[in-house]
Amino acid sequence: MAESPILEVTELSKFFGGVQAIMNVSFALAPGQILGIIGPNGSGKTTLVNLISGFVKPDKGSVFFKGRNITALQPHKIANLGLTRTFQVMRPYHSLSAFKNLIVPLNSPRVKRSSAGKLGDIDAVAIDILEEVGFERDARVPYKTAGSLPLGYLKRLELGRCIALKPEVIICDEVFSGLSMSEITSLIPLLERLRMEGITLMMIEHRLRELFRLSDRVVVLAFGRKIAEGTPDEVMNNRTVKEAYLGTETKV
Amino acid sequence: MTLEYRSDGVSAISILHHSTLQEPDFYSMEILIYGTVNSIIFALIALGFTLVYGVSRVPNFAHGSIYVLVGFLTWSFVNNSGFPYALAVIFSLVVAAILGFLIYRIVLIRLRGMATSEIIASFAVSLIILEGLRMQGIAGFKGFIGPFYTLKPFIEGKINLLGVFVDYQRLIIIGVGVGMVILLSLFTHHTKTGLSLRAIAQDEQAAMMLGVNSDRMAEIAMSIGSALAGLAAVLILPLGSITAEVGYRVLIYALAVCIIGGLGSWGGAILAAFVIGFAMKISTALFGALWESVVLVGTIILILLFKPSGLLGKQKELEERV
Amino acid sequence: MVAKTRRKKRLERSIKVRCEGLYALSSWSEIAYLMAPRVLLILGLLVIPFYVDMYWQRVLCSAGIYALLALSFDFLAAYVGLVCLGGALFIGIGGYIAGLLNHYFHLSPFVTIPIATIVGAAISTLVLIPCLRLRGIYFAIVSFMLPLFAVYIIIALNVFGGTEGISALDTFPSISLELYLILAAVLAALFAIRRLVNEDMGIILRGVKDNDQAVRASGISITAYKIRAVFMAALLGCFGGAYLGHLYGWLGISLFAMDFSILPIAATVMGGMGSLVGPVLGAFILTPMSEALRGFGQLRVVLYCLILIAFMVYKPEGIMNILQRKYHQFEKWEEV
Repeated sequence: MAESPILEVTELSKFFGGVQAIMNVSFALAPGQILGIIGPNGSGKTTLVNLISGFVKPDKGSVFFKGRNITALQPHKIANLGLTRTFQVMRPYHSLSAFKNLIVPLNSPRVKRSSAGKLGDIDAVAIDILEEVGFERDARVPYKTAGSLPLGYLKRLELGRCIALKPEVIICDEVFSGLSMSEITSLIPLLERLRMEGITLMMIEHRLRELFRLSDRVVVLAFGRKIAEGTPDEVMNNRTVKEAYLGTETKV
Repeated sequence: MTLEYRSDGVSAISILHHSTLQEPDFYSMEILIYGTVNSIIFALIALGFTLVYGVSRVPNFAHGSIYVLVGFLTWSFVNNSGFPYALAVIFSLVVAAILGFLIYRIVLIRLRGMATSEIIASFAVSLIILEGLRMQGIAGFKGFIGPFYTLKPFIEGKINLLGVFVDYQRLIIIGVGVGMVILLSLFTHHTKTGLSLRAIAQDEQAAMMLGVNSDRMAEIAMSIGSALAGLAAVLILPLGSITAEVGYRVLIYALAVCIIGGLGSWGGAILAAFVIGFAMKISTALFGALWESVVLVGTIILILLFKPSGLLGKQKELEERV
Repeated sequence: MVAKTRRKKRLERSIKVRCEGLYALSSWSEIAYLMAPRVLLILGLLVIPFYVDMYWQRVLCSAGIYALLALSFDFLAAYVGLVCLGGALFIGIGGYIAGLLNHYFHLSPFVTIPIATIVGAAISTLVLIPCLRLRGIYFAIVSFMLPLFAVYIIIALNVFGGTEGISALDTFPSISLELYLILAAVLAALFAIRRLVNEDMGIILRGVKDNDQAVRASGISITAYKIRAVFMAALLGCFGGAYLGHLYGWLGISLFAMDFSILPIAATVMGGMGSLVGPVLGAFILTPMSEALRGFGQLRVVLYCLILIAFMVYKPEGIMNILQRKYHQFEKWEEV
């Protein structure tokens, strides 16, 4: 890689009790890339997201963001540096209406600093962002309480919450899970547009087909270890990966 | 004000009081013995609370009121109804168990899952019991007011233990306290009901799928927990007098032990009981009885600052799991 | 079984349907519709004192204190997710600061109350900061114990008048002044907090309540916001405490009494959690009621606990939310 990585993870390890959730995982993310992270259930994908975004502190190893060691930082400090994440379990601010959900990130120090107080009408900005992630502007949807929205909208809202921060890296924790095929296909252009805008994406995913189509590089986790890394094609033809997903071949 | 604090008690902890010995030679021995007694008193007080919370996640704020109620019931059975002491104790414990069951069945069952509502409702129950005991003039009821209500020790007298005088009641407390812990651990590890209780405590949904009725288990836990509160009462109350204020204090001690040990953790509760018991005993010996409560508060604040989930407690950092 | 041919259908009034919280007012009747309940509340609070004797005016004063506490409890519980069972802590700290300033430095109540409100809120916040990391029931339990610990410590160290307290503090010059001071404070606090929860800050706090992890992922420090929220809630309580100290001209450990923690909660549950007006209303119902039962001694505690439990179990939404629904919706019979 010619460019220096925007996000670098070195020898990250985390134990929960006696269980190795993550073991010596290292990889790097170049700016503007989409990195896919796949792995069977329980392979430590979500733990990895929690470790990088600062919600869980690693037992060993470090995370570098734009060359700065962010391992020990609090999650909100990390977010203010420009690295944010979505959550796998969708829990929006359910008592608030959809556009008010975005008021929260729009009040973060990062947004206030970058807009230098020239944000204008904050509600209008929130509605604009909702439109960007695919909420119909004229309809009532943005004014409905988030708790009453269907899952497809919630995923978009979650992405909108990240975009409002104007981040440099978004870690998407299973944005496709639970969505129908048509909902996924309508979400993909949004992700591609984000990448065009220069946002680096790290996608944790179960849906391999869509992920392989989107991502530049893929990292495969199994039982907390990195077992393969490479372009989607390389990974797809990797023997260890097949074994991890389908089990070892046994001769009868 | 309705809930006056007792202004006569110099120390907040009259139930732990005893005559201190002045001979310096036996000082450390005294701390050891009385520290152990105090610790086991704390453990007994907290055991019922932590059992109920551990199994059904119900913070039973009526714990202290059941403790006091059992004291008064036993007193009434002995002095008004003329029952033999042992029978009175057994009757009171049965009443406590039934009461625990009813509190869950009538009130708490409708508030399951809303922890703060459970706290508020069970504390309201507690106030009803405690203030009800103090109520005067309704239907000729005189109310239990003043320091006139005391229970007899099981066995009167003292014994010289390694140079320290200890009354038999305190030895009984140690014996029964240790016995209860052993009995409970046998119960939870080797009986069907006990194993179901543990199953519910570990993973409610999985246990329910395997046919364990979570409400039934919570009822059983509330009954056992209330009976344990009652047992603690009949053991400990002979050391002091029975008043409604004791109920608030017992609740606070139970909460303090559980917060320090980690909510719902048995081992934590026993460990915390010993930490507080000895910390308070040592501070009393060094600075005087007044400092007991300050030490208690200090211990809690230290725990909150350095290990908010308690000594052995596990508080999930994140809702999401791997 | 008789087949039901009619059922009640509940519909939102059109003005409520148009937009949630945003009203396009186009006629006097609509303005009147929105203003009526607010005006009724304000007028009610300001007028009632004229029609009762001095004793009940005093009762209204203490109802005002409970209303402030209920408001602060409701704000923390329903909008920040911190269930603070230790309202007495605020009362105690506020009352002690005002009383001590008055006793030792002979400052007038009009100086001590503002100082006690602000300094007391700062101290209460400092005391609660170690607990803010605790979630849910842990916070509730620890905040429940704090006022009792304050009592233990005051007795143990025998400071600030020890168990006896300090009496003969300055009182207010007239009953109407003390009455309108507290009523004005209640109304101001009520409308300020109603406003606040819809401002950006309030939205963030509600976010903290719904999902604190997402707030952190949005680059906002939840601790900083919780501290601000606790400070604001403490302002209300400490004002109440300082006022109470001067109302009775006395301070003592009863300022930390559990009454100040429990009655506001009962008022909140009865009035309707999260409605802000409800708790105030609840306090103005419960306090006079408990006062009327004063002759029965402890029966009144038993009674208001029974009311509390009955509301929690049977009408968990509370009076205010029911009234609001009745006001904003209309019912009609329809054929099935």
